Amino acid sequence: MYLRFFVGSAKLVLKGGRLYWAWIGLLLTLIAVGLHAYIEQVDHGLLITAMRDQVSWGFYIGNFTFLVGVAAAAVVLVIPAYVYDWKPIREIVVFGELLAVSAIIMCLLFVFVDIGRPDRFWHLFPPFGQLNFPRSLLAWDVLVLNLYFLINFTVVTHIMYRAFNGKHYRKRLVIPLVLLSIPMAVSIHTVTAFLYNGLAARPFWNSSILAPQFLASAFCSGPAILLFVLQLLRKVTNFEIRDEAIWKIAELMAYAMFLNLFLHGAEVFKEYYSDTHHLLFTRYLYVGIEGHRTLVPFAWTAVCLNLLAFLLFVIPRTRKNVVTLNIGCLAIYAGVYIEKGMALIIPGLTPDTLGEIYEYSPTLNELMVAAGVFSVGFLVFTLMLKVAVPVTLGEFTHKLPAKAPV
Amino acid sequence: MTGRHLLPIAAILSLGQALTAGTLKAEQPLEDTAAKKPATAKPVPAVAGDEIEVPPPPFSEGIYPCSDCHEDMEVNRKRRKLTEEHENIVLKHDEKNRWCLDCHDAEDRDYLHLASGKKISFDESYLLCGQCHGTKLRDWKAGVHGRRTGYWNGKKKYLLCANCHNPHSPRFKPIPPKPAPRRPVPGLQWKRKREYR
Amino acid sequence: METEKGISMNRITRRKFLVGTAAGMLMTSCGPKRLYELARPDLREALDRMEKEYAVKYGKAVKVGSEGPIKGVKFAYALDLSRCIGCRTCVHACVHENNQSRDPEIQWIRVAGIDKERGVDLTHADYYYHPDKVPEPGKFYVPIQCQQCDNPPCTKVCPVKATWKEPDGIVVVDYEWCIGCRYCMAACPYGARHFNWGEPGLDPADVNPDTHYLGNRPRPKGVVEKCTFCIQRTRKGRYPACVEACPVGARKFGNILDPDSEVRYVIENKRVLVLKEELNTIPSFFYFYGV
Repeated sequence: MYLRFFVGSAKLVLKGGRLYWAWIGLLLTLIAVGLHAYIEQVDHGLLITAMRDQVSWGFYIGNFTFLVGVAAAAVVLVIPAYVYDWKPIREIVVFGELLAVSAIIMCLLFVFVDIGRPDRFWHLFPPFGQLNFPRSLLAWDVLVLNLYFLINFTVVTHIMYRAFNGKHYRKRLVIPLVLLSIPMAVSIHTVTAFLYNGLAARPFWNSSILAPQFLASAFCSGPAILLFVLQLLRKVTNFEIRDEAIWKIAELMAYAMFLNLFLHGAEVFKEYYSDTHHLLFTRYLYVGIEGHRTLVPFAWTAVCLNLLAFLLFVIPRTRKNVVTLNIGCLAIYAGVYIEKGMALIIPGLTPDTLGEIYEYSPTLNELMVAAGVFSVGFLVFTLMLKVAVPVTLGEFTHKLPAKAPV
Repeated sequence: MTGRHLLPIAAILSLGQALTAGTLKAEQPLEDTAAKKPATAKPVPAVAGDEIEVPPPPFSEGIYPCSDCHEDMEVNRKRRKLTEEHENIVLKHDEKNRWCLDCHDAEDRDYLHLASGKKISFDESYLLCGQCHGTKLRDWKAGVHGRRTGYWNGKKKYLLCANCHNPHSPRFKPIPPKPAPRRPVPGLQWKRKREYR
Repeated sequence: METEKGISMNRITRRKFLVGTAAGMLMTSCGPKRLYELARPDLREALDRMEKEYAVKYGKAVKVGSEGPIKGVKFAYALDLSRCIGCRTCVHACVHENNQSRDPEIQWIRVAGIDKERGVDLTHADYYYHPDKVPEPGKFYVPIQCQQCDNPPCTKVCPVKATWKEPDGIVVVDYEWCIGCRYCMAACPYGARHFNWGEPGLDPADVNPDTHYLGNRPRPKGVVEKCTFCIQRTRKGRYPACVEACPVGARKFGNILDPDSEVRYVIENKRVLVLKEELNTIPSFFYFYGV
């Protein structure tokens, strides 16, 4: 039975048009590039990156933070779907969860490539390792990320496997798990925010507004990716996704973006008006310090993109127009990517705790490793979609021979 | 306190200095430029009053005991510019009010004397300094002014005031700093490292 | 490449990495544990193994000591800001004593050169000053190293318990257990933790063979290290290398629980400050004005 499911899935995955194979080929190439760059990194040490004692975290951890937000985004769909039993979204929740699974895989990979001793990664996992729980927030993060991954993975595979057998999923299993995944999604992002928030040494992060801000921005960036995927699915498969579902998600994103901008504004006000020496980090981000301006263009790009997206999504006419909707999605994706990635990590560490300014910007090798990690995530997502779509459509069951939709 | 106790401490001291290379080098510019080599020929008793262990005073080579020359000389108490000997000594230590014999004992040149006239040996010179610099002497005895070597929980050895400060010109002279750290270089440093090897 | 191989004991080769994680799991059954957990005889055995590895790597006998904390002793440090001339003698004495990597360069002490008119303001500090002579007029200097906090933010955040505070107050790192996540570096308010970004470049001739397993024994690539108050010296009663090296006697060290110690005298009689007091890290490192 299981075997048939796996074989069928494999068959599905191996069938596809030219575009599909081009996409897979591209991802595989990037993975190869990333892997090679990573082997270089293992050989030479993190010396090959631009990180140094002054700025000890960089591009990898920035991407990790952003992707935790993406992973948490599934919840934005789960809440209305299950709590309010809102049908149009309910059908697509499974895609949100697939996204969460792939995002978590990327998160864990980004942490993995960042650590100096990957051969000791197992130190994190009891009983062989030693997890400093509950003292270390990183221990919490390891825990919640893995739990969140397991929950989503279980739900998704269960639903698909049951559908493959022509049965409805077991409510008693799925509903509690899905409901559990709501607080879990909030907690992975909260814990990740606390990871930074708890460090008194870094005033830029040491602000209690950080966790709410993380959630608000996550509720924008995650759905932004999903909106693309849903439109794509609608185009290339028989999958029916109603306009209302897309519009509703866009509306929710507008509210989340408003909250995000508001919280940002509140933080910027506090920093500038109180004008303590903690202002230094915010200044480094938005105006630069003594000619050190690496982040400034990025910071303002993010602000503009977020504002643009907010306007496009809050006005019903632009929200319902396919072109402006997609521009908004792109703007959000890029805006939040900057804001929750480099613009969060780097100003937290620059100037360093002793006032030294070392301007970090990633090396080519870092970019290649990151590209590899992203490709792994996209590949996982693509392959899972390839199976999930026909299953959800009822085209792929044990009764009918597997038939690829594209 | 006898020399028996001293030997191991001296050994440890020199070991410590060998390990912390640069100690001696950095020290030298601070001392009298005129000359400074511990007089090894004739060890000075290193145990002084208050049971404070000190290293030998930093005499210029061949200058001590002073009586070698001064014994047969007539004492001239007149304040004057020295032209025959010691002309390399430039007094920059309240020089308006002070002169050689305010500190060096005229009767017995191998000794110093306090304001009270009490003779003291060179390894008790801190008593002389402490007449004016009382708070410094207090801190020095507590181990907080100046340098101590030895054990934090055991025998300590004090450096005399004169080991660091030239008594004739006590203010520290600026010294060249050790090399600055290298500024961090992103990424490519490992290539340089290969060349280095 | 030959020499590189000879020197680098802990270099992660490609193959080693590939089997690394799996082998790591297997190895747990026969032993790698946090050094913290090892019983005394097992610890000695582990240290003997290290000594053998170092002997091969550096071609000379390296002693890896395991002196424990002394009862009734808590170390503290005092540094006289009115005397420091910024000569960096301490920095280099520390590097030699503690077997830091020379290239890439790791230094546990950073000396901030600051304009007197600014006061203690690290945001305008210069760590790279190189005039002909120090002190420069109008400047003062603040050497900064691990403050051995009583409430250390760095040990709290370590996800694998690879760093902790010893009973005598020294914050140490287990170089065999650290995974190199650098969370502690983000948490430290004093920039006191340093990472081995590459394979440490330590010439065998430069190796100080008198080491401690929690202190100055040579480190592998990819782990964090820091000042340990020269644990290999101070647990044997000696002063830290920086204290002995300082040409102006600005550095004081001792047992804060001993009322007759130098550090106690400083705290009781001088104007004392600690860095970033508001963060409640409770440093065991005091800056004072001796004059």
